[in-house]
Amino acid sequence: MEKYEGTDFYIIDDLLTEEQRLIRDTVRDFVDDHVVDVIDDCFMEDKFPTELIPMLGELGLLGANLDGYECAGLDNTAYGLIMQELERGDSGLRSFVSVQGGLVMYPIHRYGTEEQKQKFLPELAAGRMIGCFGLTEPDHGSNPSGMITHAVEDGDSYVLNGNKMWITNGCVADVAVVWAKLDGRIRGFLVEKGTEGFSTTKQGKKFSLRASITSELHFQDCRIPKENLMPGADGLGGPLSCLTQARYGIAWGATGAAMACFDAAKKYSLSRIQFDKPIASFQLVQQKLAEMFTEITKAQLLNLRLSQLKEDGKMTAQHVSMAKRNNVHWALEIARSARDLLGANGVTHEYPVGRHMLNLESVKTYEGTHDIHALILGHEITGIAAYK
Amino acid sequence: MKIAVCIKRVPDTATRLNFAGDGTSLDQSEVQWIISPYDEFAIEEGLRLKEKVGDATVTVITCGPAASTKEIRQALGMGADDAVHITSEVDLDPAQIAHCLSSVLKDRGDDIVLFGRQSADAQGSQMGALVASQLGRPFANNIAKLDVEGSEVKIERDVDGGRETLESSLPIVLGADKSLNEPRYPKLKDIMKAKKKPIESVEIDPGNVAFETKAITPPPPRPEGRVVGEGPEAVEELIRLLREEAKVI
Repeated sequence: MEKYEGTDFYIIDDLLTEEQRLIRDTVRDFVDDHVVDVIDDCFMEDKFPTELIPMLGELGLLGANLDGYECAGLDNTAYGLIMQELERGDSGLRSFVSVQGGLVMYPIHRYGTEEQKQKFLPELAAGRMIGCFGLTEPDHGSNPSGMITHAVEDGDSYVLNGNKMWITNGCVADVAVVWAKLDGRIRGFLVEKGTEGFSTTKQGKKFSLRASITSELHFQDCRIPKENLMPGADGLGGPLSCLTQARYGIAWGATGAAMACFDAAKKYSLSRIQFDKPIASFQLVQQKLAEMFTEITKAQLLNLRLSQLKEDGKMTAQHVSMAKRNNVHWALEIARSARDLLGANGVTHEYPVGRHMLNLESVKTYEGTHDIHALILGHEITGIAAYK
Repeated sequence: MKIAVCIKRVPDTATRLNFAGDGTSLDQSEVQWIISPYDEFAIEEGLRLKEKVGDATVTVITCGPAASTKEIRQALGMGADDAVHITSEVDLDPAQIAHCLSSVLKDRGDDIVLFGRQSADAQGSQMGALVASQLGRPFANNIAKLDVEGSEVKIERDVDGGRETLESSLPIVLGADKSLNEPRYPKLKDIMKAKKKPIESVEIDPGNVAFETKAITPPPPRPEGRVVGEGPEAVEELIRLLREEAKVI
């Protein structure tokens, strides 16, 4: 297996600390050694590489930017670099880690009780437990506040009813962070696997994120103890704050997918001979490569600045919207362009670009669609919310 | 038990190297540096020995420029306890490096000093032997298995298709081969902890240069390929050429 060298035209490495570079290189090696060779088969077979989960935990990749409870306590740049390297392998793998860290461990860490933290966080950090995040519903995607799933207080329990859809890790999760309305307010509940009235269905027939498990969650008179309510979250701000965390990781991750596509396109264009010379000699090919190179560099700079804002406590959800929207858009464009550059080989699984391209169609849509993020930025600019 | 592991930073084996204008050195501006891969086996073996013995320390020692702290931190992130950094901004020759390492090692009283069997760049395979001779200790290179019981040391080495078993005693100097173990990834938490582990920085007069590099030259370009035929009919001719001309089968 050839080692991946990275793309760093603006010498951003000089802006990273020694530890950040070491962390990036460690995850890069891990992806080269354990992901690249197996992930395409996983994609073809529609399965997540579960054998990697203990290693993800052992290395400290799960909830890596959280403090305490056996988490690695890394800074946000290091966390972003992890996401970049994982998604260079596959968006499905990065999604697993994003969901576990940003959407499950983060809300428990921020909104949970001490008992909930003690019970779940060390297990989730080690990968001994898997988590999922239930917000989206069959009829409520971009408008989560319209959710139907609700909870009713009954003695020392809450009783949940409703359905969630497009839930990463759903079928395999040991604990689900479920957002439901209690007395009209959106609250977060922890539902453990095996709870009566809680069931899951695997969503199949995907052409994207096939190396990731997507599920529906069903709650039918599902009774959970009162101590499974996360007291710190009250209102839509709770789940949205989680999405901000995950989207932050996506901005970095998509850049990693773009870097993988660029790497494949560059190597291919230098080795593919047509008209007695490498196709990299042709102006149209060079133009494509130049475009990819430029957009990757811009995305890297956006990510680094975003991480500094996050570290300084100045990052807003709108900052994240811009990076998520821009970087995923360009990652998908780069994947398509790389697919094009690879000719017929681009549609085969001999090269990673087709898989990244298909994956990125999901990444563009989940965690706030491309268009919704434009409206968030429109709201930021004009003060007028177009989605209300 | 005191364990010392001597490491060297080398250009990443995936890096494409460019020659500097002087014709005697590499252009280092775009080089990515890594711990020489054989040295990683030495670090791993030191850590395993520590984990087995319990009461032990692993010290990483390197001789190199200030920027070598990245490779030191990686070794500390893997689990080494502390490090000695012999700083030198100029390239030293092997005899000078051996002198520097020995100067540090002779006062430390390590039970085991581990090296990689050779560096990935210069491939001299001499550092362990040079240091062992200066310390007056036994040395075995290319070790594929190591067992330490008390002060007894049992070593296996891969030799020309077979395996050699040796016995010796502490203190000893050993060179690690790749069949010795599989180096661990540093855990991310431990990379952060490594920031707080002590690195002692020392300056040592390296003495006189024994060898001066006069020139380094890239390998000659590969000759163009030759098509000997097509389809199954070409197999016989291909085998003949591989046997008689290339002499590889």
